[in-house]
Amino acid sequence: MLALLVREIRLGIRAGGGALTGVLFFLAVVSAIPFAVGPDISLLARLGPAVLWIGALLAGLLGLDRLFQADREDGSLDLMIVARDTHLLVATVFVKCVAHWLVALLPLVVAAPVFGLLMNMDAVAIGAATLTLLVGTPALAFVGAAGASVTVALPRGGLLVSVLVLPIAIPVLIFGVSASYAAVNEPDPFLPPFLILAALTLFMAVIGPLAAAVALRYAAD
Amino acid sequence: MLRCEEAAIRLSMWGAMQLAVVDLAGERGGEPVFSGISFLLVPHGSLVITGPNGAGKSTLLRVLAGLLPSAGGRIAWEGGGEDWPTLAGSAHYLGHLNAMKPALTVAENLAFWRAFHGSHRASVIEALDRVGLSGTGHLPFGYLSTGQKRRVSIARLLVSRRPLWLLDEPTAGLDRASEAQFAEMMDEHLASGGMIVAATHLPLGLSGAKTLEMGGRRTHGGHAEVLDGAATAPGGL
Repeated sequence: MLALLVREIRLGIRAGGGALTGVLFFLAVVSAIPFAVGPDISLLARLGPAVLWIGALLAGLLGLDRLFQADREDGSLDLMIVARDTHLLVATVFVKCVAHWLVALLPLVVAAPVFGLLMNMDAVAIGAATLTLLVGTPALAFVGAAGASVTVALPRGGLLVSVLVLPIAIPVLIFGVSASYAAVNEPDPFLPPFLILAALTLFMAVIGPLAAAVALRYAAD
Repeated sequence: MLRCEEAAIRLSMWGAMQLAVVDLAGERGGEPVFSGISFLLVPHGSLVITGPNGAGKSTLLRVLAGLLPSAGGRIAWEGGGEDWPTLAGSAHYLGHLNAMKPALTVAENLAFWRAFHGSHRASVIEALDRVGLSGTGHLPFGYLSTGQKRRVSIARLLVSRRPLWLLDEPTAGLDRASEAQFAEMMDEHLASGGMIVAATHLPLGLSGAKTLEMGGRRTHGGHAEVLDGAATAPGGL
């Protein structure tokens, strides 16, 4: 399983940089907002956490459709399904999700503080947004795996994955943004939405790979 | 008399590992492709499935590998013991696709499958040597020619131990010399007690293989008895 993790990370870094495209798209979304909203600095600061979260969410959906499709096209997926007695398919999917998070989503989390500066956010707001992204983005990878496995046989399934995944990712967005706001706005408590966000990630970590494994098992033809 | 004793020794060494397929039927997208396929495969035995395009050769192999559900009949894997409890877990599946990543080097690809499949046999370097590709380990897989890619895929069979090889057009794209080399590898695998089911329309050069002819658009009642390939497989134990 460690070998699979290493392979996935190598592929992510080497094969045309899934990581970099995500970050670039994230930058595009975040830097477009000030032009649309106008030069109201305090408004930008108030929008900041929400914009970071929306940007990260959209950028996170970008590479999802290739998560299993690439393995299906070159036959690796078949071998992973044949090997399901030694490596449970759920575990294989889980490892692929972890690798996808490390390669495609972790760079977004790392870039978020820099992009926060573009939104005129103060240090606490940036810290809170980054922390919630760190805890919330794994959920995107796990939900995304379920969406990607359903559309694995469709050659142009990219948009469909996003449409399938987005509704399930909305709770993550809601609690991520509300926790970020609570860290800055005094009376609101930070911990409850943050803990719900963490719970969502743990919940998706179980449900996502399970659903994806079942879908992949019956997508083989 | 001696033959019987020999056979008894073999059976005790390899358990009574056998693949029994009874009256198997397969379908693709709801359309029946073949039915009534029966055969029995024991250690040292090999089965070559021939037939025209669309006869269901690949479908049969995918059903055996557990990638497709069967439409009827029975597949029984017996006597695998603790090491090889299930059919899918005891099989190497070599399909049309090579299951290698063009962006990774040849050695990285093979090392991954070696670690993923476990039950190590040859090292990556030995396996590449065996298929005549020594010195290409550092090249990205995408740089190789079609035949070389196929040979890397064949080297995957060597890096982990599996008693049953399911081969789908294994020699597609290979030159004459590599074909002979691969035939030698298959003979060695059989001699060490392995089993092979190969779908092909090219002669594989496999000595002592039984043939299952799948004909036309629908095959009914294909039947092959592969009871003991030991009599013809060279080398024995």
